[in-house]
Amino acid sequence: MLRFFTEVFRPPYEFRETIKQCYKVGYKSLALVSLTGFITGIVFTNQSRPSLAEFGATSWLPGLIAIAIVRALAPLITSLIVAGKVGSNIGAELGSMKVTEQIEAMEVSATNPFKFLVVSRVVATTLMNPLLVCYMAFVGLLGAYLNVHQHEDTSFLAFFQHGFPSISFLDLFASLIKSVVYGFTVGITGCYQGYNATKGTEGVGKAANVAVVVSMFLIFIEELIIVLIVNQFRP
Amino acid sequence: MRKATVNIDKQNAVIRIRGLYKSFDTLDVLTGMDLDLYKGENVVVLGRSGTGKSVLIKLIAGILKPDSGTIEVAGEEIDQLSSRELQELRLKIGFLYQGSALYDSMTVRENLEFPLVRNSPDLSPDEREAAIREVLENMDLKDSIDKMPAELSGGQKKRVGIARTLILHPDIMLYDEPTAGLDPVTSGDINKLINEVQQKYQTSAVIITHDLTCAKTTGDRVALIADGKFCMEGSFEEVFQNGNEEAKKFYDYNFIEDS
Ligand SMILES: Nc1ncnc2c1ncn2[C@@H]1O[C@H](COP(=O)(O)OP(=O)(O)O)[C@@H](O)[C@H]1O
Ligand SMILES: [Mg+2]
Repeated sequence: MLRFFTEVFRPPYEFRETIKQCYKVGYKSLALVSLTGFITGIVFTNQSRPSLAEFGATSWLPGLIAIAIVRALAPLITSLIVAGKVGSNIGAELGSMKVTEQIEAMEVSATNPFKFLVVSRVVATTLMNPLLVCYMAFVGLLGAYLNVHQHEDTSFLAFFQHGFPSISFLDLFASLIKSVVYGFTVGITGCYQGYNATKGTEGVGKAANVAVVVSMFLIFIEELIIVLIVNQFRP
Repeated sequence: MRKATVNIDKQNAVIRIRGLYKSFDTLDVLTGMDLDLYKGENVVVLGRSGTGKSVLIKLIAGILKPDSGTIEVAGEEIDQLSSRELQELRLKIGFLYQGSALYDSMTVRENLEFPLVRNSPDLSPDEREAAIREVLENMDLKDSIDKMPAELSGGQKKRVGIARTLILHPDIMLYDEPTAGLDPVTSGDINKLINEVQQKYQTSAVIITHDLTCAKTTGDRVALIADGKFCMEGSFEEVFQNGNEEAKKFYDYNFIEDS
């Protein structure tokens, strides 16, 4: 991890590889993020309605949902999906390169595999995760809107007019920080496990598996810490 | 097949190893090894599986660190070098891995481009392409340029592995079991190629193998490992026709099992 920070800003940069990895991160997770976001929006709305209806407060629904999705659901669920899809892929890919001595071969040919393999991937997950989180928040709110529209016949505009004021700048900022941190976590954990895979095909499977488990675990811990910190700033 | 005569400069050792020790935990792999590789020479290192042959060339390439002893490559003591100096020295070393270690997410062209672009950034795309085509031509691989490693045969993979190191025009080649896992005909082709590389690219080489045909065809000198050091050294005939106990054991071993 220390090595990442010493090498990320030092030229020469592997631009092409970084862009390729960004594309891969987005492409790999997009379908699952769309589906999960949409369904989460619908289900969460549906499940929250009865409790609010008890108090005759269904008009609060858009606000509640907007807060839930932007503050908590989108960053967390997206990052977990990225951990599952991309983290395992990075672990397996680098792990197999490690055990077949491809990484060593790069070193022997006087090139810098760390930069090419690790820096590009960590930068990619760190940049792409926030974009995917924004996208999921959008899709999730869309799902929520459809559900609200169906029951309360609210217009799209009214839904967002009710929803958006509940989201503060702090919420957006905290979610951005979260998604950057989680993206970095997935990238660095996957790379670490892959880069340090031990000999044999068994090591590759283990690297992929441990990459997912560890990054999910770290994401939850980070979530807890960030939420505690952010709550200090809430009025 | 005998190889053509080569010019060996006995005054000029490109690799000089003295008193080399290396162990892993409780396993002593190399226990006091000495070796000189002269300029223009192919030295074959023979030994059974697990005798530390791969460990030896990884020490030479600076991938592993010795416990004690010195390794001089091209006049530089390898474990005294900074990482930048080591990187420069590695430009002079070509390493063929036992499993070829081709980058399996890249085509043959990209495999060759990878070290070239990063070490000679000033080359124009045309010059780069020309360099790649020239090496592939020499390795008889020009039809495979756009293939993925998974589409290649074992012999082709080895040749791409050799091509990928030759693209940087190394002075010293390290071959780790170049014929392992190949059929006899393909092995013969690779042996011939190793000799061609020695002539065309003016390389000195350490060739690691347990294959006697490979040793006989490619080696100007043969050194036999037993118990962590060299027990015999000389021409192929000198090593195997003087009734040495270890040499006989190894000779017999070659015809019993193949691993
Ligand atoms: N990185 C390592 N860590 C621990 N043990 C190793 C390592 N590399 C090689 N060994 C051990 O050193 C011995 C010699 O290995 P090697 O040089 O690969 O043999 P070979 O002569 O077949 O190439 C083997 O017993 C192997 O298990
Ligand atoms: Mg070996």
